[in-house]
Amino acid sequence: MSTIVLLTVTGLGLAALYFLVASGLSLIFGLMGVLNFAHGAFLTVGAYGTWWAAGHLPGAGSTGWSFVLAVVFGVAVGTAVAALVELALIRPLYERHIEQVLVTVGLSLAMVALVRAIWGADARPFPRPEWAQRTTSLLGANVPNDRFLLIGTAVVVLVAVLVLLRSTRIGLVIRAGVENRTMVTALGIDVRKAFTLVFAVGGAFAALAGSLGGVYLGSISPGQGTSLLIFAFIVVVIGGMSSITGTAVAAVLVGLVQQYANYYAASGVGDLSVVLLLAVVLLTRPSGLSAKVA
Amino acid sequence: MSTTEPTAAQRPVVLQLTDVHVRLSGSHILQGVDLTVRRGGVTALLGRNGAGKTTTVKSVLGLVPAAGTIELTDAAGRVHRLTGRRTHEVVRLGVGYAPEDREVFGGLTVAENLALAERRGSAHHPDRVYELFPELQQRSRQLAGTLSGGQQQMVAIGRLLLNDNQVLLVDEPTKGLAPLLVTEVAEVLARAAEEVTVLLVEQNLSVVRRMAIDAAVVDNGRVVWTGSASELLADADRTRELLGVATSAPLDESRSHSSSGAEGRTREDLPARRSRSAPAPEVGG
Repeated sequence: MSTIVLLTVTGLGLAALYFLVASGLSLIFGLMGVLNFAHGAFLTVGAYGTWWAAGHLPGAGSTGWSFVLAVVFGVAVGTAVAALVELALIRPLYERHIEQVLVTVGLSLAMVALVRAIWGADARPFPRPEWAQRTTSLLGANVPNDRFLLIGTAVVVLVAVLVLLRSTRIGLVIRAGVENRTMVTALGIDVRKAFTLVFAVGGAFAALAGSLGGVYLGSISPGQGTSLLIFAFIVVVIGGMSSITGTAVAAVLVGLVQQYANYYAASGVGDLSVVLLLAVVLLTRPSGLSAKVA
Repeated sequence: MSTTEPTAAQRPVVLQLTDVHVRLSGSHILQGVDLTVRRGGVTALLGRNGAGKTTTVKSVLGLVPAAGTIELTDAAGRVHRLTGRRTHEVVRLGVGYAPEDREVFGGLTVAENLALAERRGSAHHPDRVYELFPELQQRSRQLAGTLSGGQQQMVAIGRLLLNDNQVLLVDEPTKGLAPLLVTEVAEVLARAAEEVTVLLVEQNLSVVRRMAIDAAVVDNGRVVWTGSASELLADADRTRELLGVATSAPLDESRSHSSSGAEGRTREDLPARRSRSAPAPEVGG
């Protein structure tokens, strides 16, 4: 029983990471038609930004509120980088999908190389608040607290995004834009502002995933973002390409399947079973779990 | 609407297209369109399928890349060059657009569709929309994707009437609608045209006959005829030559559209006929 609880909570924690990365990917794809392969770079920026801030930024550190400050710094840098990428690289290539893929793939490679050049290829120990290192007893299982941190953050982000999409003007523009960008502009709305916003918000979530992923794994390395991105893309596809709720459900499915398979079958089978899950979903529901944006 | 039509020369120009060319994926679709839309009433843009009517409308909005000059003259007499502007900028100058396939947002409710259309820098008139289409108010929480074609057209036209506009570009509003709805849509547009200029792309000539003051005929990417709509439609030979249809009765059966067959009616009759529950006597198959 305690094993199942631990596996489930860990799977949900992993799902939270996937969701944070995939929600931005999903909105960016839905609204702009851009497959953002540079999304993993935002995650890396957030992780290294938090790590750097914890060591160098006055007031920031690895415990309590000083750690929160470090995370805020990492997320802010990730957000700024994402917004800049949209303005400088994506916007000039609007509607040119091949070029967008090339530029985002190139950017993700360049970012990994840049981080490696500055801080080296080796994994760096990540600051972990003391609370996150302890465990909490849940139904007989000793569950590491960082899982709850991940899950709680993802739930807050999910609720915030749903509120944004369902009850604000910009959310209305985004939902309409996912359906029909051209008609949104034909109503007199500058849809490009929504593009930049979605990119920045997506970048913020990815950067947050970078920080929390660092806490979860205990270390960061330059290539981490890219490997997480693959699973995030699988989550986006399973979720329905542009649906936030679909992405959340898909993230949970992928996280749990991966954990259970890794434990009960053999280590490594988890990754394979996620790809199998993708195949099954695509065969039975080719357009993914959900078509509704929010 | 006055009973004496002002002659074309008396009415100021609101939209002027000069030598407009559009090339899309290798084909030269508009080949030098010259078109003048004058303020007030309905100008019909006619032509065979594929002649370039929709592309002409899209070129005004910047939805297709256009070469040439397109200018909007607002009510205050200021001239705005539209070519080179982005679509949302053109629309904000007071150009309302109802596209051919309505393009309401199916995943949004009726109320959300209308709220989205409330444009910055314009007064909003939701009351006007709900007065014209009380049905939309009853269905305000319904997803627009679950509405009938006619109801979706109400949303599309409602979006136009929500804001103050200089000119409305309405592309085939009666396409695919049942006869009764054709009548209703035509009535609403006629009423809207009392306040704002309408450039109407329409295949249903009975709708054109009862609404349009001016007409322009597009063929092979050029405007090949302009003048009074009634003059055009009165000349059966010319109509057949330009549009490939016969206008002698029964005119409305010459198209795949459902039709209201308003033979013998004039535009001036329309405002008197408001009842939406009672079927208009001339409506028929």
